[in-house]
Amino acid sequence: MLTFAIRRLVLSVPTLLFISFAIFMLLQLAPGDPMAQVPLTVPPEVKERMRQALGLGEPPLVQYGKWLVQMFWIEPQVLWDHWFGTNYSEGKLRVISWQTRSPVMDIVIQRMPQTLWVVGLSYIVGILIALPIGIYSAYRQYSVFDQAGTFVTMIGFSIPPFFTGPLLIVIFSVQLGWFPSIYDTTLVVDSWADFKSQLQQMIMPVMVLALQTTAQISRYMRASMLDNLNQDYVRTARAKGLSEAVVVMVHVLRNSMIPVVTVIALGVPAIFGGAIITENVFKVNGIGQLLITALFANDLPMVMTLTFIFAFLIVMFNLIADILYGVLDPRIRYD
Amino acid sequence: MTDPVPIAALQDKEPSAPPASKWKDVWAQFSKHKGALLGGGFLVFITLAVLVGPWVWPLDPQALDIRNKDLRPIYTALWDGEAKVSWGHPFGTDNLGRDQLAQMIYGGRASMAVGWAAMVLSLLIGTGIGVIAGFFRRLDGPLMRLTDLFLSLPILPLLLVAVTLFRQPLRANFGPEGGMFILIVTVIGITSWMPTARIVRGDILALKEREFILAARSIGTKPFKIISRHLLPNVLSPIMVSATLGLATAIITESALSFLGVGFPSDFPTWGKMLADAVPRMEEFPERVMLPGIAISLTVLGVNYLGDGLRDALDPRIRGR
Repeated sequence: MLTFAIRRLVLSVPTLLFISFAIFMLLQLAPGDPMAQVPLTVPPEVKERMRQALGLGEPPLVQYGKWLVQMFWIEPQVLWDHWFGTNYSEGKLRVISWQTRSPVMDIVIQRMPQTLWVVGLSYIVGILIALPIGIYSAYRQYSVFDQAGTFVTMIGFSIPPFFTGPLLIVIFSVQLGWFPSIYDTTLVVDSWADFKSQLQQMIMPVMVLALQTTAQISRYMRASMLDNLNQDYVRTARAKGLSEAVVVMVHVLRNSMIPVVTVIALGVPAIFGGAIITENVFKVNGIGQLLITALFANDLPMVMTLTFIFAFLIVMFNLIADILYGVLDPRIRYD
Repeated sequence: MTDPVPIAALQDKEPSAPPASKWKDVWAQFSKHKGALLGGGFLVFITLAVLVGPWVWPLDPQALDIRNKDLRPIYTALWDGEAKVSWGHPFGTDNLGRDQLAQMIYGGRASMAVGWAAMVLSLLIGTGIGVIAGFFRRLDGPLMRLTDLFLSLPILPLLLVAVTLFRQPLRANFGPEGGMFILIVTVIGITSWMPTARIVRGDILALKEREFILAARSIGTKPFKIISRHLLPNVLSPIMVSATLGLATAIITESALSFLGVGFPSDFPTWGKMLADAVPRMEEFPERVMLPGIAISLTVLGVNYLGDGLRDALDPRIRGR
């Protein structure tokens, strides 16, 4: 198992390198010029020097190499310095955003908590709703509850977040006035009233994202439970007189959770991607919104870094899912 | 000499009916699934509606009728006698006086065209790669690594990047609408073929070892013929199921791109674009969000139900139960 994990970890390095190279080369084709905003009165040779200062003007391969060094050598040093108060990274050039001329990773770190709060919470809420629905609709297959559950999950699959978002805003912000339609990031939670308003502003984006999660996971849960409910060991468990609750909630559930846990792990990066739209609807200034603004502002280092972070999340969670599958299911051996 | 009378159980009986064909069985199972029938019916209806709509409702979606701007849909008159409505514009008009019904029809055309085209493209790529990887053992490894690689790409961020980057050159070559159409279809197509490829490869791997392929090979059938005559018809059902899934995702992705403002040009209506444009004034005119939103959702819901029914109908283990 350990050798498998290590081998997969080592194999993910060339994958990530290739993906980052592909993204970099794609971005090289960008038509925009970062010097377009500079006033025309600036002489061309000064412009050329500014271009050099941004790291442009070198061949693409050199630029890519420099990005690699900055991302994987200098940024970890910055993190290390930040944690342990050392100063290895002093005077070294980090990945600089063209919009703000500040290090990209600093901005990403600022934006991360909002995304993590909204996305993470919505994922947990979605899973908590999905599991009971999936279990019960498998246990009572083709019952009214099951049909209703199937219908709700179909709706969750079909209604895109950019429609549910505005719909919720119309109903709950405009008509009822219960929740604010814009996520206020400056809110500091230090009293119960603040906590309440934090809850109020989080509930709509969380529910929009949770609907998507619920739809997918409850389907998987139902299918997986159905696979297990007809197995021989279930009949044995019933025959030896175990109560129905123990049979379903212990014997069947534990075996059905194996594929579902992997699906949950695999879904994490996708929900980060999906959050781009939800963040845009509710004006949450997380990393999805950062990506959109960076794209429109032609801020290539920022776009490069963010897309790479998304790719990194996908590769890592694929790895986690594979390992989890091996750990949870003793029938699977990766040797 | 009398003929020996065979024992009753050994007598050959004429079959009472000709053997049912596979597709008849499939249809029998499919028509039992109410949701799938409704969904398929709705998909056909909406496709026909956007195709023949411009002849039935010949108003130009771009025509400005500024005297009749901000009309409400005709049904608002039911509960609000004061509302500005007109039979000339049954779905109302927008803030520039453009007819909403005509916009819905043309927007649906764009959305459905992108959906169908992207789905067909991704099916072609996916089936091609799946068949080649499953049939030719030497290409299996590299092609499946490629599929894994594509699966670990962040799709939505990459879509956004690709659309913003390639917008200018394609617009210059193919005009604003044509360029955007080619770009969006290509980008969705080449980022969504992976599930199809995996499913098709798995099925081909299993089918390849069966006796009928061995028989075909032994009479000297060329690999290309084996693929087209013997393998492809047998993987048709998983391909059809992933086609419905692909259509649903393509429609949603196109609308999402339009919603984020990187889709078609601003004067070219699509459902996602109409929804995005209506969001700032949705307090006063909620129907402008609702109508395109409902259109997208119902279409995708219909396609999903259709896929659900097809999966049941095409699976011989479920069929006949």
